[in-house]
Amino acid sequence: MEGLNIPLNHILLIASLLFVIGMLGLMIRRNIIFILMSLEVMLNSAALAFVAAGAHWGQPDGQIVFMLILSIAAAEVAVGLSLVLQVQRRFRSLDMDSLDWMRG
Amino acid sequence: MLEIILFYIAATVALVSTILAMTRANAIHALIYLIVSLLAVAVIFYLIGAPFVAALEIVIYAGAIMVLFVFVIMMLNLGAKGDAREKTWMRPSVWVGPALLTIVLFAELLYVISSAEGPVSTGVVGAKQVGLSLFGPYVLAVEIASMLLLAGLVGSFHLGRRYLDRAPSSELGHQQEGE
Amino acid sequence: MRELIGLIPLIPLLSSATLMLFAGHLSRFAIGLLGVGSVGIAAILTAKMGIDFLGNPEVFKVTLWTWMQVGTFSSDVAFYFDGLTLVMMSVITGVGFLIHLFSTEFMEEDVSYARYFAYLNMFVAAMLILVMADNLLLLYLGWEGVGVCSYLLVGFWYQNSANGYAARKAFIVTRIGDTLMALGLFLLFTELGTLDIQALGDAAKDKWQVGDSMPLIACLLILGGAVGKSAQLPLHTWLPDAMAGPTPVSALIHAATMVTAGVYLIARTHELYLFAPIAMIAVALVGLATSLMAAFTALTQHDIKRILAYSTISQIGYMFLALGVGAWTAGIFHLMTHAFFKALLFLGSGAIIHCLHHEHNIFKMGGLRTRMPVTFWSFMIGSAALAALPMTSGFFSKDQILLQAYQVDGIGPWLWFGGLVGALLTAVYSFRLVFVVFFGQVNTEPDKDTGWRMVIPLSLLCILAMMGGWIIIPVTQVFPLAVFEHPAHWVEYVSIAVPIVGVIIAYLIFLGGQLKVDVFTNSFVMQKLQQFWFSGWRIDWLYDQLLVRPYYGLARALKLEPVDNFYRLVVTISQTFNQWLSAGQSGQMRRYITSMVFGLIVLLAILVRAS
Repeated sequence: MEGLNIPLNHILLIASLLFVIGMLGLMIRRNIIFILMSLEVMLNSAALAFVAAGAHWGQPDGQIVFMLILSIAAAEVAVGLSLVLQVQRRFRSLDMDSLDWMRG
Repeated sequence: MLEIILFYIAATVALVSTILAMTRANAIHALIYLIVSLLAVAVIFYLIGAPFVAALEIVIYAGAIMVLFVFVIMMLNLGAKGDAREKTWMRPSVWVGPALLTIVLFAELLYVISSAEGPVSTGVVGAKQVGLSLFGPYVLAVEIASMLLLAGLVGSFHLGRRYLDRAPSSELGHQQEGE
Repeated sequence: MRELIGLIPLIPLLSSATLMLFAGHLSRFAIGLLGVGSVGIAAILTAKMGIDFLGNPEVFKVTLWTWMQVGTFSSDVAFYFDGLTLVMMSVITGVGFLIHLFSTEFMEEDVSYARYFAYLNMFVAAMLILVMADNLLLLYLGWEGVGVCSYLLVGFWYQNSANGYAARKAFIVTRIGDTLMALGLFLLFTELGTLDIQALGDAAKDKWQVGDSMPLIACLLILGGAVGKSAQLPLHTWLPDAMAGPTPVSALIHAATMVTAGVYLIARTHELYLFAPIAMIAVALVGLATSLMAAFTALTQHDIKRILAYSTISQIGYMFLALGVGAWTAGIFHLMTHAFFKALLFLGSGAIIHCLHHEHNIFKMGGLRTRMPVTFWSFMIGSAALAALPMTSGFFSKDQILLQAYQVDGIGPWLWFGGLVGALLTAVYSFRLVFVVFFGQVNTEPDKDTGWRMVIPLSLLCILAMMGGWIIIPVTQVFPLAVFEHPAHWVEYVSIAVPIVGVIIAYLIFLGGQLKVDVFTNSFVMQKLQQFWFSGWRIDWLYDQLLVRPYYGLARALKLEPVDNFYRLVVTISQTFNQWLSAGQSGQMRRYITSMVFGLIVLLAILVRAS
């Protein structure tokens, strides 16, 4: 792979764009499924930034953090989707705004 | 040179498909776009010298996790009525404010990453290196990750049961009628 | 016989309890019989004891039971009987009996007949305990007991709120003096280790030197108690208002007995006062100042009972003067004669008020000489004794006081002169009262005349007021013999002449009209002075400004609950915060996310700036 030089800041730019898109989705969407998807996008973008940084220094640490993020994402999705099922069962709705029973 | 072109193509695909995924009304469509996005990111991983991670991205992210989404969406059986409602939720008045906040955050991120210079990758960091350090200095992190996964397993098993407790109270039932 | 001494206060007390408990089951006759009879029996027992004592003058002490015992302190319910006790008991039961008898007619139309006699009997019992007590603690019990009875009887007609106010005033003002006295008792106990009156005298001889500061403080504190109870300056303001009570009550409590308790207290503790010459002078000066102040005030009043009230204050001032100059025998003698003639005057005024539709203003009376002859003669004799005209009882006692005051080293002639001015004023105002009420034209017709139950006490008191001066009170054992050098003859002549001059002045102004004083009294200065005297030297006003109003102000400030408001403010603040934070707790997940993003932006901005 001689001579290849993808600039680091471009990758980070991609990562942050993905992150803010995910965050925008998180704030806009009311459907819980989409909220979980947005979270996936954000986690993925963070993972991208880690791997890119690890590659920049030629170290495996970034990839290891990627794996940790992966396991977090897996666990989160497992629990989150179970909750989605429960919410649908109980409220017959996936609207996040209608689930405001914890209003103070 | 090819790698660079590939990178920009992959990056563009990732961004576009992510934006599309975020804006779809139909959950399955959104999910397909998301898988495309993840695959594009996997390409980027491969290009910056992390083939192992690229494989994991495809297998676990795009494969396992997204399939989980698909299963759940199928179980929910949302239908066209839900799609129409999703569209009404996406009015400009809803997203203008968050968009402004996001732009501010993005500007800050830009400022932060502007100082990062140099090429992203000087070589391949392969699965062997990753494995060595994973079970070397990071073995504790592996343990923690396994704990987390176990907790996720138990949690999803518990939450995923058909009824968590007794039948919803009458008040709750009344609320559901109103929905 | 001696053991029966305990019965003397017990019988009125039992009668009082009976009247309180079974008032509804007793006829008015039975109530009167019980009320008067109990005091009558006490009077007979006292007379018996007095005869025994005069035959065999032996001081004795009867211990009934141990009242309380705490550590080394113990107090007995014990009665001490000597000449002084005998004099006081005779006055209380004797005059008390006559006043009770008088009351049966005076109060015959009152609905609360039984309550009245219950209080009055309780008063007699408490007063007897006061004078018979062997130790100061038991004395204090009686002291407070008479205070309570005074309160109850001043506010007897409690339906009128002004009477309740007067009763509270009497109670609270005397309470100031009582507090001082209690402090004095504490001091005596800590200093001398006992409250037994006789033991106190012995202990004082061992521990104190004449002129020490400790006896001075103790004696001044006791003087404070005496001043409060005996309505001397500056705590005299309650007595004129206490006239709101029924007139026989004024005669018994606020003229003959209770208000002289201060005199008795100082006489009883005279052994302590001997160690504090400054306190003695203080007693004399308080007495003289009070007697002059009250005499001037009495001169301007037109309520018959207020005139007599200020006159009482003035006469007790003489007793204090006597005590202060060491003329204890004269002081107690004056106490006794004063009890006779002042009770007579009060009962006389009660008879007038009773027969004149509760009229109090002397200028609406007049010409009663022919309408109420018994009352007229009572008043004549009482006023003569009050003015100390020769051969009346008041003459003997007041003359002794003035002569002994003259002999005090240094300030003696001044005290004598002040006393003479007071005597002159006394003669003027007492005969002003007589001339205005009984001579001149009839302004109000009496609708009835006095019945026998009024006539008998008045007649007996007339005799006592005339002849009381010949009684030789058996107190020679009690008090140290006064070194009595007979002063120059002119002193005595002047002392005798002054009251006569006073009577002549009163005659010329108020009856004969030869002395035209209108020009003088209508002048601006005199008008102002008259108003000043009429208001009791503005002392009520002064106390109102100094004490009552600041207290009301404080009460009003506290009514706004400043402390509570502070804590309420804390509550309000935390509730406001709670509302704000609850508003933040919307339950809207997306809002939480948005605020988290906002926080993220801020944090990131800080980090970027810091790096």
